Amino acid sequence: MEPVLRARGLRRHYGADAALVRAVDDVHLDVARGEAVGIVGPSGCGKSTLLHLLGGLDRPDGGEVLLGGRRLDTLSETAAARLRRGLVGFVFQAFHLMDELTARENVELPALLAGVPPRTARRRALGLLERVGLGDRAGHLPGELSGGQRQRVAVARALVNDPPLLLADEPTGNLDTAAATGVLRLFAELRAEGRTLVVVTHDPRIAGAADRVIAMRDGAFVDQTVLTGRV
Amino acid sequence: MQDVLLALLSKEPAHGYDLRARLTAALGPVGDTMNAGQVYVSLRRLEKAGLVEAHVVGQSDRPDRKVYDLTPAGRERVATWLTDASWERTAPAEFHLKLVAAAASGLADPVALVDAQRRELTRRLAEAQRAALTEPDGSRAALLLEGAVLRLGADLAWLDACETHWTRENS
Repeated sequence: MEPVLRARGLRRHYGADAALVRAVDDVHLDVARGEAVGIVGPSGCGKSTLLHLLGGLDRPDGGEVLLGGRRLDTLSETAAARLRRGLVGFVFQAFHLMDELTARENVELPALLAGVPPRTARRRALGLLERVGLGDRAGHLPGELSGGQRQRVAVARALVNDPPLLLADEPTGNLDTAAATGVLRLFAELRAEGRTLVVVTHDPRIAGAADRVIAMRDGAFVDQTVLTGRV
Repeated sequence: MQDVLLALLSKEPAHGYDLRARLTAALGPVGDTMNAGQVYVSLRRLEKAGLVEAHVVGQSDRPDRKVYDLTPAGRERVATWLTDASWERTAPAEFHLKLVAAAASGLADPVALVDAQRRELTRRLAEAQRAALTEPDGSRAALLLEGAVLRLGADLAWLDACETHWTRENS
């Protein structure tokens, strides 16, 4: 079956000569539908850059990215944004919620942008907030929520257009141990529901929510641990 | 195991079945490897050592059973055990020496050994983390599993340091 996400010879370099940084260096990756992949490495290993390339938020210097079978890296900015909106949900370390919108409004926003009728968007948003355990916080502003709750709102927002792929960049990086456990539990549940996940993180506990864990160093994949028979 | 049983008996006398049930509840999935006989073997040893005494209690509808209680010597040992700060775990010196020996002999690539070890620990961590996530929030068994997960995380971080070191020595 066609992988949801495919990267071939992906490269992203910064600087030149002695100051050359190979942030991403010849990365190959296939992610099958329903597969959960953890990419683990120390900060500065290039994992965030990689995630941005995979989601079309940044352009590679070489190689290609295919999302749902379509080249992402050669599209215009607008066309890439359109493809992304339909196919990818993003979760970031710093949540990136709109402070002046309530939890529900934050979650429904991407659906409204995608042209979903307001009532449908609202129904979906409320259902997803319920799903992430925040049904009773729908009317709260992000400032009134804890870090863990904000990240769960961000996960609900990432899911509102029901994307075939969820990309998460260090989703537990800003959270204390207990809140991180809640978010990891949510990812494990999403995996069990058959969501396709790619999570880059320095937190090895992602292994509990992954079908395989890839170790990344200096821009390259150095090793892989297969954890389930799903791969 | 012996010390834990003594500590469990310090509150009140109990029979073997009770003690085993309390251990199972505290350990959760970690206790799955404990076999039923271990508790009874340990209790017999403690009795022989004079740390517990057993009284046979008759039951009308079932066979008699033994209720165990601490002796003064047993009580003393519990107090010593609770304040003892020794920690069974040390740095994995054996693995470290394995890498040193592999590099010296040329029989194996230390970096490849580190990779293999990382896969093994990642699998163990995944297993412990999955078990922790299926425990109810705030349960004692989840707390124990969290400890296992955090220690494996620390070991994985140390393996990263090993990899950096041996990659440098190789080049």
